Amino acid sequence: MLEIKNLHVSLEEEEKQILKGVDLTVGAGQVHAIMGPNGSGKSTLSYVLSGRDGYDVTEGSATLLGEDILEMEPEERAAAGLFLAFQYPVEIPGVGNMTFLRTALNGQRKARGEEELNAAEFLKLVREKAKALKIDADMLKRPVNVGFSGGEKKRNEILQMSVLEPKMCIMDETDSGLDVDAMKLVADGVNALRDAGRSFLVITHYQRLLDHIQPDVVHIMADGRIVKSGGPDLALEVENNGYADILSEVA
Amino acid sequence: MALPAQKTDGADLLLARHPSPSVTTGWAGEAQTYARARLQSMGAPQRRDEYWKFTNPALLIDPETRAAVLETDKVPVFDAVDRLKMVFVDGKFSAELSDDLSLEGVEIEHLSDAMSKDIHWVREVFGVLEARGQTPVARPMAALNTAVAQDGLVIRATAEVSRPISMIYIHQDDSSDAVIHHAIRVEEGASLTILENGPAAARFNKVMEIEVADRAAFNHVRAQGRDHERKATTHMFAVLGEESQLKSFTLTVNGVLTRNEAVIEFKGDNASAHVAGAAAGDGDFHHDDTVFVTHDAVNCESRQVFKKVLRNGATGVFQGKILVKADAQKTDGYQISQGLLLDDDSQFLAKPELEIYADDVACSHGSTCGAVDETALFYLTSRGVPRSEAQDMLVLAFLDEAIQEIEDDALADDIRARLQAWMARRRG
Ligand SMILES: Nc1ncnc2c1ncn2[C@@H]1O[C@H](COP(=O)(O)OP(=O)(O)OP(=O)(O)O)[C@@H](O)[C@H]1O
Ligand SMILES: [Mg+2]
Repeated sequence: MLEIKNLHVSLEEEEKQILKGVDLTVGAGQVHAIMGPNGSGKSTLSYVLSGRDGYDVTEGSATLLGEDILEMEPEERAAAGLFLAFQYPVEIPGVGNMTFLRTALNGQRKARGEEELNAAEFLKLVREKAKALKIDADMLKRPVNVGFSGGEKKRNEILQMSVLEPKMCIMDETDSGLDVDAMKLVADGVNALRDAGRSFLVITHYQRLLDHIQPDVVHIMADGRIVKSGGPDLALEVENNGYADILSEVA
Repeated sequence: MALPAQKTDGADLLLARHPSPSVTTGWAGEAQTYARARLQSMGAPQRRDEYWKFTNPALLIDPETRAAVLETDKVPVFDAVDRLKMVFVDGKFSAELSDDLSLEGVEIEHLSDAMSKDIHWVREVFGVLEARGQTPVARPMAALNTAVAQDGLVIRATAEVSRPISMIYIHQDDSSDAVIHHAIRVEEGASLTILENGPAAARFNKVMEIEVADRAAFNHVRAQGRDHERKATTHMFAVLGEESQLKSFTLTVNGVLTRNEAVIEFKGDNASAHVAGAAAGDGDFHHDDTVFVTHDAVNCESRQVFKKVLRNGATGVFQGKILVKADAQKTDGYQISQGLLLDDDSQFLAKPELEIYADDVACSHGSTCGAVDETALFYLTSRGVPRSEAQDMLVLAFLDEAIQEIEDDALADDIRARLQAWMARRRG
């Protein structure tokens, strides 16, 4: 599904290298988790994959279903099936949630040569998905993320993911800021989407989310590289002992 | 002090460009005579004038008008609104195209008919509010208007008028030079909505004087036509009585030169006035909002919200002043002007001013100028919204703060639809 090879990334504005050779392959239907100390480059990886400006890829490649995504515009990557649930969802005053989501969905469908959804079909779809995530209709009427609580913003990311049905879902700390019940809702939302043709890359600091969403592989990222990969046990090890042991072991 | 020759010659040129009014007696004749003298004593506007420092008035004065490119909308704005239609073609009132001048709660007359009648309230409004608005800053194009106008409507609302009066300004002749003057009085406790749309003429000079009596309400929504080459100078002069309300909104897209002035004076206590504008310009576009609000009463609220989106070398200007006189305690004055520049070639020039002589007031103003928020743009595109559409969504969101000033939701939606269509056409 997603294949990242020897990815080197530096900042456009300053001579600073952040990713120093990331290798990562996520197979179809798999769930991979990435853990790692603050500042190790996890969010940067997610931004580079989804096409945010400001980064230079100096070496390496990234493909989604065999297609080079690094040359694509963000909206082309979205249409190709990539989705990033942001660590910090953006507030956009004046742009309605529903208008935004409908334009996004139809933009993707159009790019893929599929039929666009009309207003009624779209409304039905969103209501259904929102209900499952316990997002009330009032929230949907508001501008994108404006006045949403931290947890509401994260749930809104998952709602967008459920509606857009991407193939490759990257979730950047979707669990932080969620209360226990909301975490369960989000995990249920993700599990409902799990499918042989859909993969997940879950960035998290905590084992807790991984109790609900069982990962196939856990990676540890440090200083711009994947330094260790393993099974779900690796997350437990981090939870219990922190990163010191792992980092000294690979140093 | 003698005026420079360029100013006096300019005034003569302006007067010579328009035929003399046919009715020159009675209140109209008096107003015309005074206005002509006013114009001659202040002279034509010049680039050198402080008040015209950002906007070159030459296009308004030059004898030659550039031919305007006519653009017509398939479905005109306000089409779905139940309204009384008053149609002007190249500045001339068209009785055939207009509805009958009859609507419950309101007296409407064509200006040229009213001029030969003794309508006592008009003599206190026509040319009078304009003259009041000539100090402390001269507005020569408005004086010219009063001096030569033969077209327009004289409207007196005496109750809550159920349907809006809709002025439709059709532009057919590509070199027309039109002058329209409306005089309006909204009587105590009455309410009236005026809609205006259309490019009007190749060159257009419009004045609207409005006296809003105690506890009366006046609403105004305008969509200036989108002919690229049109030039327009418009003035709204409003005087507000006790507990009265005024709301005015203008949408402008296209137009090589537009100068919209609003001159608002609070005379009665506890009144409120909101003026707002959304402008979108692409290329050869110069749009100037010049607003002057005078607080001369207690506990009045004024609000100015002006937003401009500019690209491909377009220019936006905002000159806004709130003057609070010494007795105007408890004044609540707010003013915001913002430019959104879609490229480096475009510019937004703002001169916000507060002049306050009372001590117990809350006045604030702000002016910003910036580019599209890249973080928001990335968020939208990362979800699959094409970049151009994402930018338009952010542009609409930016302008929406001005559109929200429109009292009536259906009218606001109509304006939004206009803007969306305009932007979609630009995306191609
Ligand atoms: N635009 C930027 N300008 C300067 N430094 C940046 C920029 N973007 C990222 N960095 C730096 O790159 C490093 C990696 O940041 P990144 O946000 O990817 O870390 P992270 O692993 O997601 O951390 P966290 O767990 O705290 O979210 C950090 O040292 C950060 O300060
Ligand atoms: Mg991060």
